[in-house]
Amino acid sequence: MLSALLLVPLLGALAVALLPAAHSRSIAIGASAGTLGLGIAALTRYDTGAGGYQLSETVNWIEPLGVHYALGLDGLGLLMVLLTVVLVPVVIVAGWAEGEANPRSYYAWVLALEGLSLAVFLATDVFLFYVVFEATLIPAYFLIGGFGGAKRASAALKFLMFQLGGGLVLLASVIGLYVVSAQQGEASYLLTDLQGLDLATDTGRWLFVGFFIAFAIKAPLFPVHTWLADTTEQATPGTSVLLVCVLDKIGTFGMLRFCLGLFPEASQWATPVVVTLAVVSIIYGAFVAIGQDDLLRLIGLTSLSHFGFITLGIFVFSSQGGSGAILYMVNHGLGTALLFLVAGYLIQRRGTASIREMGGLEKTTPVLAGLFLVAGLATLGLPGLSPFVSEFLVLLSAFDYHWWVGALAVTGIVLAAIYVLWAYQRIMTGPRDDAAGTPDATTREWVAVAPLVAALVFFGFYPQPLLDASNPYVDDLMQIVGVTDDQPTVPLGGAGEAGN
Amino acid sequence: MEFVKPSIEYFELSPLFVLFGAACLGVIVEAFAAREQRHRLQVTLSTVAVGAALVLTVLVGLDLPETASARGILAAEGSVAVDGPTVFLWGTVLVFALAGIALFAERRLEAGVPAFAGQAAALPGSEAEREASTKGLSHTEVYPLLMFAVTGMLLFPASGDLLTMFVALEVLSLPLYLLCGLARRRRLLSQEAALKYFLLGAFSSGFFLYGVALVYGYAGTMDLGGIATAVQNNTQDRVLLLLGIAMLSVGLLFKVGAVPFQAWTPDVYQGAPTAVTAFMSAATTVAAFGAIARVYYVAFGAGRWDWQPLLWVVAILTMLVGSIVAAVQTDVKRMLAYSAIAHTGFLLVGVLGVQAGADLGPDEITSTQAILFYLVTYGVASIGTFALVTMVRDGGGEITALDRWAGLGRRAPWVAGTFVLFLLSMAGIPLTGGFIGKWSVFTVAMSSGAWPVVLVAIASSIIAVSFYVRHVRTMFFTEPAEGVEGASVTAASPLTTATVAVCAVATVVLGVVPGPLLDLAGHAGDFIR
Repeated sequence: MLSALLLVPLLGALAVALLPAAHSRSIAIGASAGTLGLGIAALTRYDTGAGGYQLSETVNWIEPLGVHYALGLDGLGLLMVLLTVVLVPVVIVAGWAEGEANPRSYYAWVLALEGLSLAVFLATDVFLFYVVFEATLIPAYFLIGGFGGAKRASAALKFLMFQLGGGLVLLASVIGLYVVSAQQGEASYLLTDLQGLDLATDTGRWLFVGFFIAFAIKAPLFPVHTWLADTTEQATPGTSVLLVCVLDKIGTFGMLRFCLGLFPEASQWATPVVVTLAVVSIIYGAFVAIGQDDLLRLIGLTSLSHFGFITLGIFVFSSQGGSGAILYMVNHGLGTALLFLVAGYLIQRRGTASIREMGGLEKTTPVLAGLFLVAGLATLGLPGLSPFVSEFLVLLSAFDYHWWVGALAVTGIVLAAIYVLWAYQRIMTGPRDDAAGTPDATTREWVAVAPLVAALVFFGFYPQPLLDASNPYVDDLMQIVGVTDDQPTVPLGGAGEAGN
Repeated sequence: MEFVKPSIEYFELSPLFVLFGAACLGVIVEAFAAREQRHRLQVTLSTVAVGAALVLTVLVGLDLPETASARGILAAEGSVAVDGPTVFLWGTVLVFALAGIALFAERRLEAGVPAFAGQAAALPGSEAEREASTKGLSHTEVYPLLMFAVTGMLLFPASGDLLTMFVALEVLSLPLYLLCGLARRRRLLSQEAALKYFLLGAFSSGFFLYGVALVYGYAGTMDLGGIATAVQNNTQDRVLLLLGIAMLSVGLLFKVGAVPFQAWTPDVYQGAPTAVTAFMSAATTVAAFGAIARVYYVAFGAGRWDWQPLLWVVAILTMLVGSIVAAVQTDVKRMLAYSAIAHTGFLLVGVLGVQAGADLGPDEITSTQAILFYLVTYGVASIGTFALVTMVRDGGGEITALDRWAGLGRRAPWVAGTFVLFLLSMAGIPLTGGFIGKWSVFTVAMSSGAWPVVLVAIASSIIAVSFYVRHVRTMFFTEPAEGVEGASVTAASPLTTATVAVCAVATVVLGVVPGPLLDLAGHAGDFIR
């Protein structure tokens, strides 16, 4: 079942690469739709009431190294998988023209990226995780370097160097895990086996640092975020969606699953530093975003702020924070994807990504303006749209952690209102002669993003399905890190109503 | 004095005899066969000989007797150790030799002649040279030379005493010096490379021999096993031992191009005919690391603490110099040469690992296992890359200037794509063999507590990645600058194409299902004492 989820997009990628370019797009749509179907099938078979890994598949892969081909789905993985399988077809339909120059390589890399990202979210063996974690960089590199702005080759190089650097640091920790596990009996990379390891405090902390650096680069967090804005500026909006909304989630996903899951003691030990970095990211990202003129760069930097929120939620060690962070990952995926795609529509029409060069689009393209506004309001956490719920939960837990952390994080919301509304004002309003005649969204364009809007609104009023999926996972996690507090469902229901 | 007839284990040593005999036969063929027959005869002879040696190696491997400490025997009065690692290394060298023959025999790229000089004795630029080339002459001595070199490579890691090891070192080196100077194009560069390699090589052999003498002075024997016993028991004359280890190390580390003995590597890799570079980079490394592991683990195993600090420093320097200097190269072959130096460093990291299976948990991988596996993955990637370099050319021969490779990805996606695959493997990206190799050597070093070296190794991997990726970028995302003509790809004969294809498949397979080969390397067990 889960293997099929990986194989369909990967085989689709192979088919696209080998068959004539005329068929590329239809194969890509077919494969991504098939994956979406499989994702939904997995959802129906998944029992949200139970915790732990479900639908597991475990086969010995490299026996001498204790490596398994092991897949499994838990609440966190389920949400990430669903986010991925939904976003990929949306990106393909929305970015109709993006691959025109070289459709074969564009669609093949998109599908390869989807398959490998799904593998990352499903892997329950650390070695397998590492392998696919690194492997996702290859399609990402070729997507950034092959399609997009004029300086895309340099952006792709920067992206890759940062990521590979993080990956190699992670490698040291992965090897360290093997050494420890081999010393304590049979070497095994299965997560379930590793959780039983008896780590010396120092060892655990060193290993944690390796994992955390890699995930901080991935997510990204201040101060290793510098690749992010360059990449989103040069990449096509579709690629940016895949990068920021899917691939970067691996960073926070990894923090939850590996940093907290394997090194609870070290995670607690590192909390002050991580929380500081998260708060700096929130505020710094928002400030820098305000000052941007390039729309795609702006959206990239808002994500820095958002990833700060997610990391904050993860590292305050409470059920609220954990649930909030997981929800945030989903909501950020939906909201930012919408923002990127609509920005892409606008840029395509105006031929520039410069906010200063736009203006006055509200009258001529009301549908686009509306979509942009919805995405923007979602980004700034307006009640009634789903990001509000998660942001609220994270802030609540931040205040519980330390009032001043919460107070600082709240400024992120205020700043978000500035960068979103000010950007909207400059792009959409004001008299501008050359805006006249700009065509509004075509049917394909708005149909492509309609699911995102629907999801933002639906989960804004009724976040319970997301919470049902994440709660058992967060319960398990809190047990591992040794925090016992109130059941997360209670405040969450309240948050949903507050959204009402 | 009574003469005792030595006992020779003919079956266990048969791969050596077959190759040596075939090499001698090749010389005779060269003398007596008609010129137009020679190429075909020599290629057939060497392929059959290497193939037969490979089959015999497998048979020997299946039939190794178990002893108390390891599998294998000390043959020929203890001067040749045929054990698990030996058989594994033999197999690897022979497979690489087959690839070497295929690349040597390539004649389509140069429109009917091989990549070797028509008449090596003719001065570059002279009338005689022109005559030789219009006649379409070619040196077919390269095949016997290759077989002599392979014979030496088989004997080198299997040596049971230091004197045999010295003889093997010379047998493998001399033919290589010659082969390096035989390029058809850019002959001055090629001859310079050969001369440089020869001079430095001879010098380092001198060091090696001196080291042998000093160690003999300490231990009173040349036998690796005897030396091991002496190292354990004899606390006198440690100075002799330490100096001896140092001198021996110079000779051995020179052969693999470790810093500070790396100076020859870039010049030789660049100047030698690319087919020779491909063969040499893979097979010499395999043989030399086999010998290094044997000398350090068997003879000086008990004196680990004497040589380990030295090796730490050499490994760190080698990795850093290799990867940093590679990052500023503008020539593909030189870049690959420095990358080879960096890989030597990574392999030395593996040598630093825990030595024997007895010190480890039941499933943990041993140092030998990791090194053997790495040698295969690196060799495969290296042969593949150099084979591809032979195909990228213009009217004047191979193009090795990096900036002329710009845009190759668009003009020849398959060649460039395969090249990327090999680069990714060398960079250690998952799903390629290089990743598992790197993982293994880092793991064994980490297990033995050499974590600072591993951290340096990771730092240099990051640097190394940068120049591999830069090359990918040149091929795929840049167009040639104004006035620079981009290189194109000449269709090669099935010999080269098949070699590349096999290497590419092996690289992927070793990355995705490394289990069988790792098992095989683990099954090879420890070096016999």
